[in-house]
Amino acid sequence: RRRRPVSPEEKGGRTIEKILVANRGEIACRIIRTARRLGIRTVAVFSDADRGALHVDSADEAVRIGPPPARSSYLNASAIIDAALRTGAQAIHPGYGFLSESADFAQLCEAKELNFIGPPASAIREMGDKSASKRIMGAAGVPLVPGYHGDQQDINFLKSEAEKIGYPILIKPTHGGGGKGMRIVQSPDDFVDSLLSAQREAAASFGISTILIEKYITQPRHVEVQVFGDKHGNVIHLYERDCSVQRRHQKIIEEAPAPNIFNEFRHHLGAAAVTAAKAVGYYNAGTVEFIMDTLSSQFYFMEMNTRLQVEHPVTEMIVGQDLVEWQIRVANGETLPLTQADVPLKGHAFEARIYAENVPRGFLPATGSLHYYHPVSVSPTVRVETGVKERDTVSMHYDPMIAKLVVWGEDRQAALVKLKDCLINFQVAGLPTNIDFLYKLANHWAFEKGLVETHFIEHFKGDLFIDSGSDKAAEEHVSAKHGAAFVAACICEKDNHSNKEKFSDADKLLSLWYANPPFRMHHSAKRLIELEWDNELDGKSPELLKLVVTCISKGRYSIEIEGGDSTTLEIEVTHLGECKFILEADGLSTHVTLAQYFKDNCQHIHIWHGQHHHHYREPVTLDWSNADETTYKPSFKMASHPKGSVLSPMAGLVVKVLLENGAKVEGGQPVLVLEAMKMEHVVKSPYTGYIEGLHVTSGQQVFDTSVLFVVKVCFSFKIF
Amino acid sequence: WRKGFQLPASRHGQICAPFSCAVLPDSVDRNSEAFARNSAAAESLLSELRSHVQKVLDGGGSEAVRRNRSRNKLLPRERIDRVIDHGSSFLELSQLAGYDLYEEPLPSGGIITGIGPVHGRLCMFVANDPTVKGGTYYPITVKKHLRAQEIAAESKLPCIYLVDSGGANLPRQADVFPDRDNFGRIFYNQAKMSAEGIPQIALVLGSCTAGGAYIPAMADESVIVKGNGTIFLAGPPLVKAATGEEVSAEDLGGASMHCKISGVSDHFAHDELHGLSIGRNILKNLHMAGRGINASPYVSSEYKEPLYEGGELRSIAPTDQKQPFDVRSIIARIVDGSEFDEFKKLYGTTLVTGFAKIYGQSVGIIGNNGILFTESALKGSHFIELCAQRNIPLIFLQNITGFMVGSKSEASGIAKAGAKMVMAVSCSKVPKITIIVGGSFGAGNYGMCGRAFSPDFLFLWPTAKISVMGGAQAAGVLAQIERSNKKKNGIKWSEEEEEKFKAGVVKEYEREASPYYSTSRLWDDGIIDPAHTRMVLGLCLSASVNHAPRTTKFGVFRM
Repeated sequence: RRRRPVSPEEKGGRTIEKILVANRGEIACRIIRTARRLGIRTVAVFSDADRGALHVDSADEAVRIGPPPARSSYLNASAIIDAALRTGAQAIHPGYGFLSESADFAQLCEAKELNFIGPPASAIREMGDKSASKRIMGAAGVPLVPGYHGDQQDINFLKSEAEKIGYPILIKPTHGGGGKGMRIVQSPDDFVDSLLSAQREAAASFGISTILIEKYITQPRHVEVQVFGDKHGNVIHLYERDCSVQRRHQKIIEEAPAPNIFNEFRHHLGAAAVTAAKAVGYYNAGTVEFIMDTLSSQFYFMEMNTRLQVEHPVTEMIVGQDLVEWQIRVANGETLPLTQADVPLKGHAFEARIYAENVPRGFLPATGSLHYYHPVSVSPTVRVETGVKERDTVSMHYDPMIAKLVVWGEDRQAALVKLKDCLINFQVAGLPTNIDFLYKLANHWAFEKGLVETHFIEHFKGDLFIDSGSDKAAEEHVSAKHGAAFVAACICEKDNHSNKEKFSDADKLLSLWYANPPFRMHHSAKRLIELEWDNELDGKSPELLKLVVTCISKGRYSIEIEGGDSTTLEIEVTHLGECKFILEADGLSTHVTLAQYFKDNCQHIHIWHGQHHHHYREPVTLDWSNADETTYKPSFKMASHPKGSVLSPMAGLVVKVLLENGAKVEGGQPVLVLEAMKMEHVVKSPYTGYIEGLHVTSGQQVFDTSVLFVVKVCFSFKIF
Repeated sequence: WRKGFQLPASRHGQICAPFSCAVLPDSVDRNSEAFARNSAAAESLLSELRSHVQKVLDGGGSEAVRRNRSRNKLLPRERIDRVIDHGSSFLELSQLAGYDLYEEPLPSGGIITGIGPVHGRLCMFVANDPTVKGGTYYPITVKKHLRAQEIAAESKLPCIYLVDSGGANLPRQADVFPDRDNFGRIFYNQAKMSAEGIPQIALVLGSCTAGGAYIPAMADESVIVKGNGTIFLAGPPLVKAATGEEVSAEDLGGASMHCKISGVSDHFAHDELHGLSIGRNILKNLHMAGRGINASPYVSSEYKEPLYEGGELRSIAPTDQKQPFDVRSIIARIVDGSEFDEFKKLYGTTLVTGFAKIYGQSVGIIGNNGILFTESALKGSHFIELCAQRNIPLIFLQNITGFMVGSKSEASGIAKAGAKMVMAVSCSKVPKITIIVGGSFGAGNYGMCGRAFSPDFLFLWPTAKISVMGGAQAAGVLAQIERSNKKKNGIKWSEEEEEKFKAGVVKEYEREASPYYSTSRLWDDGIIDPAHTRMVLGLCLSASVNHAPRTTKFGVFRM
């Protein structure tokens, strides 16, 4: 039976009963959760890389939409529309990223009579073009940063405009977001280079290379306002968020409400945001971003994000609302559940974004397997928005965000205490993360005071990163040694338990051989444990720690840490089961978690003790049962590459090779350009010499720490 | 019916009701002068023992150890530690072999032997110490190697040879090379054990020269370490002398050559740690079903610790042999729950016999409580027959001055009774473990399963004294003979001269009766701390019950 075509008006009256979530990861899970609470059925979509992912398991149904690259899957509009039609979903929620800000996709949904849970296509289009949006905002009376937003893209013209505005200036692509293609230019000399590279990156990421230039504010804060509108012309704001703390132009800690802001200012900001939204006939969730000059306390319109933002949970926490529920209700044609005057504002919330990334290597995205994943337990005041589970892989295809940690407290101080505690207890092992860095950040005095600005990390890098030779480095070193001693004690205790368990069933007398302490004739058994320590914030080459463990009595170990100032610790271990222990050393009792996994011929060991987290590698393992003998690498020494080797700082795609083998290079000279997560990274020569062993070509995929090329130093001999 | 009776609560405050007669009472008077004296004496004996052990643990001295390390080689005990299961026990044998035996020190006899578990399977380790005379075989080295193989053969323990030896010690070749229990016997044993299905594994971690080359060659499976391991019948200097050929050690008998070309070795190891881990893997893959799997299904899963402190054993055995003590006070500190079911308690009371459990394993215990009389010997023979019948391992606690002498005793047929006990001890095919806690004199040593009667294991307490008779008695006998000889020849012998003569004999006997004299010559498997007796017995039992029960067939008992 053919169904009668339904007119849009009629459809508007149809309530959503099934939603297709056109996204992945935590946001897909988050949307599915609310939908489920409302009794709405859900359909997930997945690429081949996400088969069996958490969002797929959470949904009622799931549809495969293509191979791993986003272009062929999560950005494949027609495949997604087909999936919705095939499963009979009435609505599509785009989440954030991917197709969420594609006006074409919103329009396509409309054409296929699917309810797009988001703003009208027209608003997406108008706000998506940053130059156009600024013109509209200017006309509506919203304050703007001085700059040039026109169509003229001639280099010389733009350069003269830059001079009119005054350096430093900012170059930005007119389309896209997330900091991609943005360049800060300090002086006219750098203008042309920066412009060209910004255009290239913009073209690669968004397909459009037009850029705009603006005054660069040296001490800016990033403050944004959550707005919401319904299809009946009502628009309200849900207060602001401060998203100033950023690295690589991407936010890592957000909070709501913004600290150190007076109520009057808050209302001005809110009103400006509502004006902006109304100017484009906005409905559903949106965010109006402002740049706030901390020196002048002026705020300017930056852009409007026509979607639900990553950091929306902090707003939810302070207003006590579920914004995804609002989105669905608005899409259903309902009016907003609250008026402006009724929007509550209670307490303070933080969100910390937990990423798989290499902090010491300039926060470059990391990939790998989540061998151990134990987020903090959730409560009404602690949320963990996650899209992954233990043993999942963070691949190079998508955003390397592992989870969002959201906490709420009565006031900023209370929330911050909770944030720190949760960061200490958020346990991830298998790939490098920014958790320890976030903890350092949350502990910084300036952050505690709310003195946030977008250059916060750059500004305080001396405090946030460890300089070798500093007092902090020495402190860190002592704590790493203690951690290693703890690891040694836990390993010995765990081995003893597992041996006893393994053999006591088969033969009771045999279990006698696994007595604790082990029997030796007139001496004590000593076990040498060697651990390589990677200082995650330092990025230097690993240090080898040698520990000699003697079991004194059942569960009691004496651990001698070899090296310069050889120290001995006496530790009592209680094994609580699995990876949990209680350790007592020097009268102090600590809960300890140990995670172990095998990777690259090494046993990797993570330990969380007190407020510390350390990562070690055991270079030699006696038991080769898990290892392939043919891949054996000599022990005693650590694996090394020839001198002058330049390793790939991340997994990614080679987009440009600037030099060839045999070419002479200066120290710091760019040799090739990598791209990962749509971000360009220039690989430079570490010193002057000749290029050798350069085999990668443009378009080639390279892996984390693979050798890209070798720089051979040239010696010059004096002739007498 | 046994009538239960209430014992005072033990010192630990546990009250184990209802008590049975089986529980031995706490008979030690901790406030006595003898207890204090013994404690002090034991302490000094133990500290002497530990200082001797400390010396041998360092191997062949700091320079040799440094050279060994510079080649990325571990010391033999460290090697063993890395092959046995993490954190498991190792029962080292004859630690002080070779002590004060030759002009030059030979720590541990130049070879480390002992038992430890690998992947839950007990193995016999034989590890050359390259820091001691280049790991060459002295006569005592050979004896220790053969003893380890004897234990392995008896208990069916896979053998792991950690080879790093220059072969026979050339200056002593006559004492090492040709006799039945000399160097060649090592390979004979390897062949026989392999034939019996007892795995023979060699890890070549250093040189394996000349005769030593046959250890990996005779092994079922062998591993060789690149760079350090070499196997050849003759080293480069001898080859040059013999044939004029100039060749490097690595090319002549290195890992690559033997793994790729000659096939003398099976596994190529990149370094020592890798070699040791391959060794572990070989053990993991052994399949000994139906051969070595524990044949003691009657081991209880639960056991109680003894009621009394094992450490007190140090204060129980007197250093003065004349001081009598009740052997039950030792038994009370080594058996489960201090429970001991005595057999024939009222008959032949100078020998204590009975059943008990050690870590759940049933054992029959025979302990001396004085001189052996005809009745005691008969009781002992009877009890050994019982245990052999029931396949219960036997534990001998030796503290014996000998069989009773004199006309009454001879007339009672004590020689016949002693012979019965020797017959029973010799023929019973159950695991036997002997601990010499005090004196071990004369035929008492034999009847109580001395070395000649091949107990599976024999350990000494530091208080042990072993000789054909006491020094004073021997001096008396010898002085009498000397006096009558002198008298025959009309030589006068003054009182002083006789005393001097006697003192000389006593001194020589004392020296030769010392536990160090014994252990240095491998008359035993080591000197243990009395406090560790229970543990050592448990480990030995675990190793020796590792085979199917054997049927006992006795010879003719003289009735």
